Formats: sequence, structure tokens, C-alpha cells
Amino acid sequence: MVLLIQYTIIFTSVLMLVALGGCFAEHSGVINLGLEGIMVLGSLGGALVMRFFPNLPGPVMIIAVLAGAIIFGMLYSCLLGVAAINFKADQTIVGTAMNMLSVAAATVFVKAMNTAANPDDVSSVIQYNAQKQNFLLKVGGFEFNIFMLVAVVGLVVAYLTLYKTKFGLRLMACGEHPQAADSVGINVYKMRWAGVLISGIYGGLGGITYIMVSAAEWKFEVGVHGFGFLALAVMIFGQWNPLRICLTALLFGLFRALASVYSGIDFLANLNIPSTLYNMLPYIISLVVLALTSKNSRAPKAEGIPYDKGQR
Amino acid sequence: MLKKILKNDGFQTLITSLLCIVVGLLLGFVVLLCINPTSAASSTIEMIKNFLHFSSTNLRLKNLGNTLAKAAPLLMCSLSVLFAYKVGLFNIGAAGQFVIGSCACIYAALAWHAPWFVCLLFSIVVGAVYAGIVGLLKAYCNVNEVISGIMLNWIGLYTTNALLTTVKDPNSPYTLHIADVSPGSILPTLGLDKLFSNNKYVTIAIPLAIIIAIAILVLLEKTKLGYELRATGNNKNAAKYAGMAEKRNIILTLAIAGALAAMGGAFLYLTDYELWNCTETAVPAMGFNGIAAAFLGGLNPIGAILSSYFIQHITNGGAYVDLKVYSSQISDLISSLIIYLCGFVFFLKYALNNAMRKSEEKKAQKTPVDLEKGGKK
Repeated sequence: MVLLIQYTIIFTSVLMLVALGGCFAEHSGVINLGLEGIMVLGSLGGALVMRFFPNLPGPVMIIAVLAGAIIFGMLYSCLLGVAAINFKADQTIVGTAMNMLSVAAATVFVKAMNTAANPDDVSSVIQYNAQKQNFLLKVGGFEFNIFMLVAVVGLVVAYLTLYKTKFGLRLMACGEHPQAADSVGINVYKMRWAGVLISGIYGGLGGITYIMVSAAEWKFEVGVHGFGFLALAVMIFGQWNPLRICLTALLFGLFRALASVYSGIDFLANLNIPSTLYNMLPYIISLVVLALTSKNSRAPKAEGIPYDKGQR
Repeated sequence: MLKKILKNDGFQTLITSLLCIVVGLLLGFVVLLCINPTSAASSTIEMIKNFLHFSSTNLRLKNLGNTLAKAAPLLMCSLSVLFAYKVGLFNIGAAGQFVIGSCACIYAALAWHAPWFVCLLFSIVVGAVYAGIVGLLKAYCNVNEVISGIMLNWIGLYTTNALLTTVKDPNSPYTLHIADVSPGSILPTLGLDKLFSNNKYVTIAIPLAIIIAIAILVLLEKTKLGYELRATGNNKNAAKYAGMAEKRNIILTLAIAGALAAMGGAFLYLTDYELWNCTETAVPAMGFNGIAAAFLGGLNPIGAILSSYFIQHITNGGAYVDLKVYSSQISDLISSLIIYLCGFVFFLKYALNNAMRKSEEKKAQKTPVDLEKGGKK
């Protein structure tokens, strides 16, 4: 049972961080379908820090890994910013391309790196078992993970930024009615860039969290199993509101955690449900949830529409 | 005269697509240079050469056949994406529809020993129903088709793994060879294999895919149904007020798109060219490459034939890069770069047309003066 709670919190953290990233981008008016790709690049950034500096002292290691993930995520989100804001490209195509590009780029890069280090090694795997211990803290049977803290801080920061600062309110105005925002002197392009870059930060953090809690090594060929899209579903069900996103992420996190630990829980193991069903469960639940909630969606009104100064 | 050609939409598409390819290849070359400068140029050339890598004509033909055998399913996936896109829907679920279609035909072949046309039909029906779910959710519950499509991709993958595990080879994670278990389920070759130095993977799938591409073009451009579907895509509400069943159109579109992608699965697996790996953890790239091919082909079925072949050509060519220093995924990198660049195509066309319009306006301002001068004479 402790294990279930632990896994639920950890997957909730991942989904919440990434969904908050999506939330920032969409509130500024850009649909970020490339979150999955940003997660991959963020995880790569963090993993590279662990690969090249394996002997950093604990706290420095934590900060360096988080910084690596943030920087990679932010840089990668620039691809979306340039295309969607400056060149008014179709945000769906660009996001999809980013997802494909991230996996291919990460695979090519990691394979090249591994092969350079050892000519017989053609895998796309980075190991970080030893480094991972810096992030864990045992409290009784419960394994506290530093990423849980990151997620909570991320939630508080997101809530305060969006609703309690001038910047956040202006950002949201750009997603609702950019022309009106522009007319009172807000630079819509800058605000949208800010939204996209912040989503890069959150997406990168979510990515490194995902790979660190899932395994002790990561094979970059597989991407992040559609978690970026699950996070988008969380965001929609959470009605673009950070607090609701947190609750929704808990629900999704619980179902995802069940897939990982059901065999250890006697009651569930006795039901003899095939493991495939547990693996599918988060995706099925999200479909059902979307079907029930999408009708009355409170999406930012101008999301997905490139801003054109000359348009009335 | 030159202006007329420049203004032609098809010509603009061709130019911008070629530009995307050139820039994509250049960027790929730069990536190779960064990894290892010594064999970057030769590897890029080998990748572009693909089957020309071999010196004997027989081997060249055989490998061209292999590329074609995989280009046909890719074309089906890209038709699925472009058909839905013409109706304003982004069918990212093509990947899952491809998977579930593969699952249906492999299962029908291995478990029921059904003849090939039954396997193919079964795939089509399953694919249409599967994509129909996305359509239903979109039409009645306003669920974004991209997100529901992705969810169904993963559900499809897990279902396929579970179902095909019941008919797999007990000693490996792969399914059994269809040719060994049920030879009647393999697509007929109609002598096409002879043309490619007896490459048995060259089947009727290839001409069939091209015929379907043309049929899709006719359906979209020349029929009432095609017109209604495109009208729904342009403006759902306008179509509704004009008396079109917009909900039915959305569901129908996705069902057709699903059938196309599922047929792609059947075209690949019913040739026995590949076996399904029942421990697969990632959705196969075929459906996503279909998106690349659809946009690179300028969202035109005929363009899709060319772009599908091109994407498959460099994907297969990826196997010939210097594998001691590079990985074959470099071709995936290039095709995803190409899609990213395709995002800029609309902007490029817009800029081009804008520039031409401006120069014409300038001319138009000058001409009245010239006419007056002419009048005085």
C-alpha cells in the first residue's frame, strides 16, 4: 500500500509538471503538442549531466541535473516558439514534428556518444543507477523523492505566477483576446514567447522526473510513452487551472501507479486481470474523462490561432 | 509566362517541398559532420543512393523492390493523414490504426488461415471502426482528435501485443511467418516479383496503393461526397447550415482514414516482409512517417506517392550509413526535420504571393500613366 501511494505521488508529479507547462503555453495562446518532445529532450539534458559528472556531491548533483533538464527543455521549446509565433506555422504540425524529432535526435546523439566511448556499444542507453541515489530519501518504508518536492514547488509557483502577478494576468489576456491585450500596450509576441519558454522549463523537469522514477537506465529510442499527451489530457480535464490540474493528475497518477505495483497488492493480484489491461488503463481512463469533459471546455479562446497584428 | 508558372499552386508546392528536402538533408549532413567529420559526406551519399549502393543490377532491383514494398504501406498511411486533413482533422491516430490493422490481418492469417482478401477486408473493417471511435468522440463530445488519437495509439499497441502473443513463435518474441503457416494469406504477386529479380515481397500491394491514391484524389475533387467533406473541413457551421450532416461527415472521414491506414498495415504484414514483435514498447514509426509524407507531398495524393517513396527511400538508405560511427536513425532525424520545415511552407507561400502581389500593384500604378501618354499621341 505504501508502494502504491509512493508511485501515485511520483507519477502525479510527472503529469502535473508537464500539464502545468502546457497550461502556461495555452494560456499565452500557443497549443503545445510538442510537450512529449520537450520531455524527451529535458530527460536527455538531465541524464547527460549524470553521465558526464557522476561524482558531484549530492546537493550539487541535484541542482545540476535539474538545471540540465531545464536548459534542454527551454532550448527545445524555442523550435515551437520560432515556428508558431514568428512564422505563424500550423502549431499541430510543428508540435508533431518536434515529438518525432526529439526521439530521433536523442537516439542519434546517445548512440553516437556510446559508440565513441566504446566501439562495440551501439545502444541508446544512459545509466544512472548510482547517481539516482542522491535524489532519494528513505523515511520508514516510504521512499521520498526530491522530484515530489520539485512538483509541489512547481505547482505553487505556477499558481502564484498565473493569478497573483501582473505578468500572469497579462499572459492569460494574450490567450483570451490578443488584440485587446495589444491595444493596452502588452507585447503579445513577447508574452507568447514567455509562455512557450516556461512550458519548456516545466516539460523538461517533467521529462527528467519521468525517466528517473521509472528506471535506473533509460533507452532513448522509446521516448516517454505518450506521457506528454497524457499530461495534455490532464490539462484539459483540469480546465487549464493549476489547482484542478493537481487533482486530475492525482487521479491519472493513481491509475498509472496501479500498472506498476498491482502485482504486489494481494487483492488486485487475485483478480487475475492481465497486465496489458493495467498498462492500457491510464489511456482508457483519459479517453473516457475527455469524452465527459470536453463539451464544456474552458479553453483559452485564442489558443492555436497565430497572432497577426494587422488582423481585426 | 514565368509569372503564371510561379503563381501556380502546384508549382509552388513542388518548389517549397524540394526546398524542405534540401534543407532537411543539409541539416542531417551537419549533424553527421558534428558526430564524425571523416565519413559524413560518404554516409550522406550512401543514404541518398539507397539501392544504388550495390553494384550488380540484380541486387539493385531486389533492394528497390524492398523499398517499394515498404513505400506502399507508407503511402496508405500518408493518404490516411491527408484525407483527414482535407476535412480539417489531424489524424495522428494513423499510427494506431496502422497497428490495429496489422494486428487484424496477422491474427486472421495465423489463427484462422483465412485467404488474403479476407485478411485484408478484416483489417479494413477493424481500422475503420477503430478510427470511428475518434470520429464519434470528436463529433459528439468535442474531444480533440489529436489527443484521443494518441491515446488510441497506445491502447492499440498494447491490445496488439496481447492478442498476437497468442499466435507467436514460442521461442522468440516475434509472430510466426505467415508464409509457413498459411501461404494462402500472403498477398499475390501476379508476376510482379519477376520484375524485381524474384523479390517475393513485391506484391499487388504496390499497384493497389497507387490506384487507391488516385481514387482518393477523384473522391475528394470530383464527387459530391468529397465536396461535402471538404466543405465540412473548411467551416463546420457553414456546412451544417447548408444542410450537410456535419457529424456524420466527421465520423465517415475518420472511418475512411482508419481504413486506409489499416490497409497499410495489411500491405506490410501480408507480404511477410516483417514480423510483429510482441514485446514492442513503442508505436511503430510508419504512421508518423505518413504525416511527414502527407505534408511533404503538399497534401495531394499524387504528391503523396512521390513523397512516400522519397521518405521510404532515405529510411531504407539509413541502413547504408557508416554504422561504425553513426546510427541508422539518422534518416528518422532527417524525415522529422523535413516535417518541421513543412510547418513553414504556408508562410513561404504566403510571403511569395505577397511579394508578387506587391510588385503587380506597383506596375498597376504605373500603367494608367502610360495609357494617358499613349492616348495623347
